[in-house]
Formats: sequence, structure tokens, C-alpha cells
Amino acid sequence: MADKAKSLPGELRIEGPPQPRALRLLTVVTVLGFAATLVLGLGLAGVDIQQGEIQRIFYIHMPSFFGAFTAFGLTVAGGLLYLARKSEKWDRIALAGVEVGLAFSLINLLTGAIWARPIWNTWWTWDPRLTSAAIMCLTYAAYLMLRAGIEDAGRRRAFMSVYGILAFVTVLITLFIIRIVPETIHPMIVGASPQKAQGSFEATSGVVIALIPSLLLWLTLMPITIIWHRVRLEERMEALHRLKMQALSE
Amino acid sequence: MKTPFVKCVAAILSKDLRAEIRARELVSVMALFSLLSVLVFSFALELDRGAREEAVSGVLWVTLIFASLLGFNRSMAQEREQGNLDSMLLAPVSRAAIYVGKLLGNFIFTLIVGLVMLPLMTVLYGLDLLDGWVILTMVVGIFGFASIGTLLATMTVQTRAREALLPIAMLPIVLPFLLTAARATKGILSGAPAAEWQGPLGMLGAICVIYLALCLLLYEYVLEE
Amino acid sequence: MNDARPIIEAENLSKVYGSLPVLRSLSFTVWRGEFVALLGANGSGKTTLLRLLSGLSKPTTGAIRIGGWEMPREAMAVRAQIGLVAHQPLLYENLTARENLDFYGKLYGIERDERERRIKELLIAAGLRKRRDSLVRSFSRGMKQRLSIARATLHQPDVLLLDEPYSGLDQAAAERLDGMLAATIAEGRTIIMSTHQLERIPPTAGRALALSRGRISFDDAIGSRNMSEIYRFASA
Repeated sequence: MADKAKSLPGELRIEGPPQPRALRLLTVVTVLGFAATLVLGLGLAGVDIQQGEIQRIFYIHMPSFFGAFTAFGLTVAGGLLYLARKSEKWDRIALAGVEVGLAFSLINLLTGAIWARPIWNTWWTWDPRLTSAAIMCLTYAAYLMLRAGIEDAGRRRAFMSVYGILAFVTVLITLFIIRIVPETIHPMIVGASPQKAQGSFEATSGVVIALIPSLLLWLTLMPITIIWHRVRLEERMEALHRLKMQALSE
Repeated sequence: MKTPFVKCVAAILSKDLRAEIRARELVSVMALFSLLSVLVFSFALELDRGAREEAVSGVLWVTLIFASLLGFNRSMAQEREQGNLDSMLLAPVSRAAIYVGKLLGNFIFTLIVGLVMLPLMTVLYGLDLLDGWVILTMVVGIFGFASIGTLLATMTVQTRAREALLPIAMLPIVLPFLLTAARATKGILSGAPAAEWQGPLGMLGAICVIYLALCLLLYEYVLEE
Repeated sequence: MNDARPIIEAENLSKVYGSLPVLRSLSFTVWRGEFVALLGANGSGKTTLLRLLSGLSKPTTGAIRIGGWEMPREAMAVRAQIGLVAHQPLLYENLTARENLDFYGKLYGIERDERERRIKELLIAAGLRKRRDSLVRSFSRGMKQRLSIARATLHQPDVLLLDEPYSGLDQAAAERLDGMLAATIAEGRTIIMSTHQLERIPPTAGRALALSRGRISFDDAIGSRNMSEIYRFASA
């Protein structure tokens, strides 16, 4: 036992497969793309006449929601594929989707609050859309809590696949809440803003130049790249857990 | 070889009804909780006549959802405590039949509580809640969150924290029912033209169907080991 | 008694919970009409094996065939042939003895007349005829155990699986159980019964199969070796 303990540090280094070339390429493209959207949004796009510099936060605020949408969508896909194929990798993607989506939706809420302070004169208001976005965050926080409460691994994966599929409903509600509860003050960029909306701005060519690339980046590359990294991290953690169990059972 | 679907559902439902008539574990707890909740809300919100019209449908639906959480938890815990869920799984019955059987029990018990609340709130708040459309909204809404609740309770009774997790798991997911049902109820109570509340009511029915289909498909996966 | 047709065939059966292996590649065959005593210390995997055989849980790897049906693919067909008496009684406390049996009879699709006849027979066999309309919550451990066996045999399964049926029973109740098991075997059914008490192996049991740390450590006819030898393997 004693000499085994000595040799442990060397054994415990988990050698995972090296980063695939595609992932490295994706990471570089994403980082460069993000830098480019910052240059576009903070520099090239013109200052909004009514709102001033603060309006630029929209180039992150709205895209981050769509990033969360993609991430949570991948959770649904991962869940369905896990239930159909029972392969753990799909469950890892589903979990990564929740964590990344949650991070993105927190960015979304935070940037929204920063913008609302000067424009609506408050950090937070119980507007239907804000409320449903907050509930969406809580749903996925509940996902993580529920996940931690299920001990048996097989059962955990199956249950969380089911929950990940059901939870997506709150994402759809946040998207379509304006149709159910029309009296929101939240502006809409795509389509006509509701009558009571406060803080709308015109989609001028400058706005379009900054918003569309950012939107596309957050919708695709950002979540996919981060989820991929997160999945690889999860694989390492599982390998570590297996090693621990092995060491304990010997 | 496989026992017919309808027979299984009927067996499970009649078993639940019989046990409930005998022990009254579910309906009595849910009804008492609802009464307390309605009273607490009226104190906390200091509901005067004007505020009541605005708030009453919210109070009704929030109370119903909280009460149903108690009922769903208890109903599944009864299956779990003596390992009875296992014994149903041992039988040659489809998993969907177990789901529908439990769902119908949960639905009926919660609906009874809801129907008791209507005259009660009518008396307490001086608003006429005994309206055909309100009752229809209630039937559809309760069926909707019973369909989610039955699935999620089956999941959460199999976890370590058991009862504690159902509210956390269920509340965000039943939000669409709460939103549309409360909205429709409010419209009906305020005497607004039908066009104003038929939209939310229709949407309530639609999401009810969607969720039911989803839960029927997913149920077998929360029973597997 | 042993007409040499296999009823249960298990091949390389393993079950892993998380990263904890509970069963490690078991292979064995049980013949029609056999009474197998499944031995082993606590945590040796007896309950897990019975859950796999009853279809309540799926093996991580390996295959099970019961009565020629493949598990878990054809689990529905297998379910009708299996009765399980688990640790827990699997009964509803708020229902009477008869209501419990009636409910399970319906789940197994037994027709009304047949169901009533079977329930009557089983209640008499279990010595519960007088208490048939009392709530199960008022029953003693031994009565619940008997009712539980009645529940498991209601649909006349080919295979009866029992998980530690003797635990918590007094001498009289245990002897009564011996009688019920002997009657089951006499009807030509197959029994697999787990126990950790060797002195509780009923005289009708013909074969001992011992598990140790998820592996088969002993598998032979009882009587071919003396009990102390079986004991050594079972507790290894």
C-alpha cells in the first residue's frame, strides 16, 4: 500500500486524447470572430441618436440569448439521442449544453440589466419577458440541482435527458411570450415592437452591420466551441472518477 | 400476452380511488392546504374589492399548483414506499398505461380540490367564480399540470432528496399552464368579450395536448434502471 | 422432477452501478422444475441478480433467456412467466388482502371468474381467508410475506424468484413458507430463492449457487457436499 501511494502521482495523470485539429481551428476562428464583432459593435457601428453609447450593449445582449437557444437546443438533441442510443456521449453534450446555455443566459440578463438602468431607469422590472427569461434560468439551475440529486448514473442520464427535453419549453416561452402576454415594454428588433415598448431603436445599416455578424457568431460558433471543450472536460472528469473508484476498490 | 391498455389504466385508477376513499390522504391534505393558502393570500395581499378582481385568478392558480405538488408527491410516494412501483413494472403492462392510470388519479383528486375552491372563493371574495367557462379552464389546466406533475413526481421520488425536488423541477415547467390559465380565468371573470380570453384558453388546450404527447413518449424512460 | 429443459440461461451477465461492478460475468443455466438456493453474504449481488432475472433492471452486458425469450428485448413475454417476492412486500397498505390480489390479477390480465377462483384458493393456502377483508396495514410481517407470495404466484408463473423470504419470520411462519414452496415445486415450477442463512435452506432445495463479490463461487447439487463446505464457499 505504501509504495503504491508513492507511485500514485505519476499514475493519476490522465492522458486524454489530444485536442482534435477541428476543435483547435474552431477555437481560433471563434476567438478571432468574437474580436471582430467587438470591433464592429464598439467601433464601426455608429452611435445611436437617442440612446447613445449604451445601445451598443445590444450587440452582445440579443446574440447571447440566441447562443443560449442553440446550447439548450443541443441539450434537447443530446437528450433525444441518449434515450434512443443510450450512449453516454450524448448525455455529456446535453449537460454541457445546459451549463453553457445557463452561462449565456446569465450574460443576457446581466447585459439587459446594465442597459435597462439608464434607459428604463431601473435594473430590473417584472416585465413578462424579463420574468420568463429569469424562469428559464431557474429551470436550468433546477436541472443541475436535480442532476446532483440522482445517484445512480444510468438513471441520472435517462432522467436528465427527459428533463432537458421538457425544460426547453421555457426557452420557447421566452421567445414567444410577447404573443401570449402582449403588454411587454421589451423592444423587439425583429418584427414590429409592441406599442408599449420603451427603448426601441431603428435597425439602421450601421446596426445591421454590427448585429448580424455577432448574432451569427453567438448562434453557432460560440456555443459549439465551448460545448465541445466542456464535453472534453467531462470526459476527463469521468476518467478521473473511474481511476478513483479503481484505487478505492483495490 | 400483454394486458390490454384500457384494463390496466382502469385497474390502476380504481385502485387509487379505492385507497383514497378509504384513507383520504391526498384530497384532504390538498383541500386544507388550498383553504389556508387562499386565506393567507387574502391577508398578505390585503385584497380589497378592486384588487381582488385583478388578483383572484392568480391566487386560484398558484394555490392549485402548490396544492397539486403535495398531492402528486404523496401519490407517487405511496407507490414507492412499499416498492409497489416495482410490482407494477413486473406485470406485463405497457409503461404508458401506468402513466395514464396515475395521471387520471392525480387529475381527479386535484380537480375535486379545485371544484371545492370555486364556491369557497366565491363566498370569500364576493366574485362569481361558478362559471361554466371557468370550470372548463380548470379542467383543462389541471389536466395539463397533472400530466407534467405525474411524470416529474415519478422521477423525483426515485432521487435522494425525494419530496424536496418536485417543486423545483415542476414549477418552471408548468409555467405555460399558469400563464394561459390565469389569463383566461381573469378575462372570464372581468366579463371581457370572449375574443379576449378564448385565445389563451385555446392555447392552454394546445399546450396541454403537446405536453401529454411528450410525457406519454418519455414516461418509460423515467422507470428504467 | 428434472426434465432437463433449461428455463433460465444467463450468459456473461454483468451489472455495473455507476462505476461499481456488482455482478461480474455470470454464466449459468437453471433447469425446469429446479429449486435453486442462491447463497452469499450481504452485498454479494444476490438482489441484483434477482432484479435482472425479473426484468426490473437491465444487465450492463450479457444476455438472459427465460423460457426461450430474449431479455430485455422480449421482456413483455417474460414478465407473465415470472413472479417475484422481493425484500419489500409490494403490497398496498390501504387496500385489503383481497383488493391487493384483485389489483395484481387485473394487471396480469386474468379474467374475472378465473381471478376470483385463484384469489380464493391462494388466500386459503396462505392461511389468510379470515383476514381477507382486513387492510394490509394491520398485517404482521409473516402475514404480509404470505400475501406477498400469493401475489407473486397469482398468475401461475413458471419461475418464482424470492429474495430473502425468511428474514423476519418466526419458526411457525418459516415452516409454513417451507410448505408453500414445496407445493410450488410439486406443481412443476422453478424456484430461485436467495438467503444468507444456510440453516434456512429448505429441504426441497436441490441445488446451491453461491455468489461472492459478484462471481459464482460455488454451484452444485446440495447433498453432494456437506453443508460446511457450501458455507465456506458462500462466505468467501
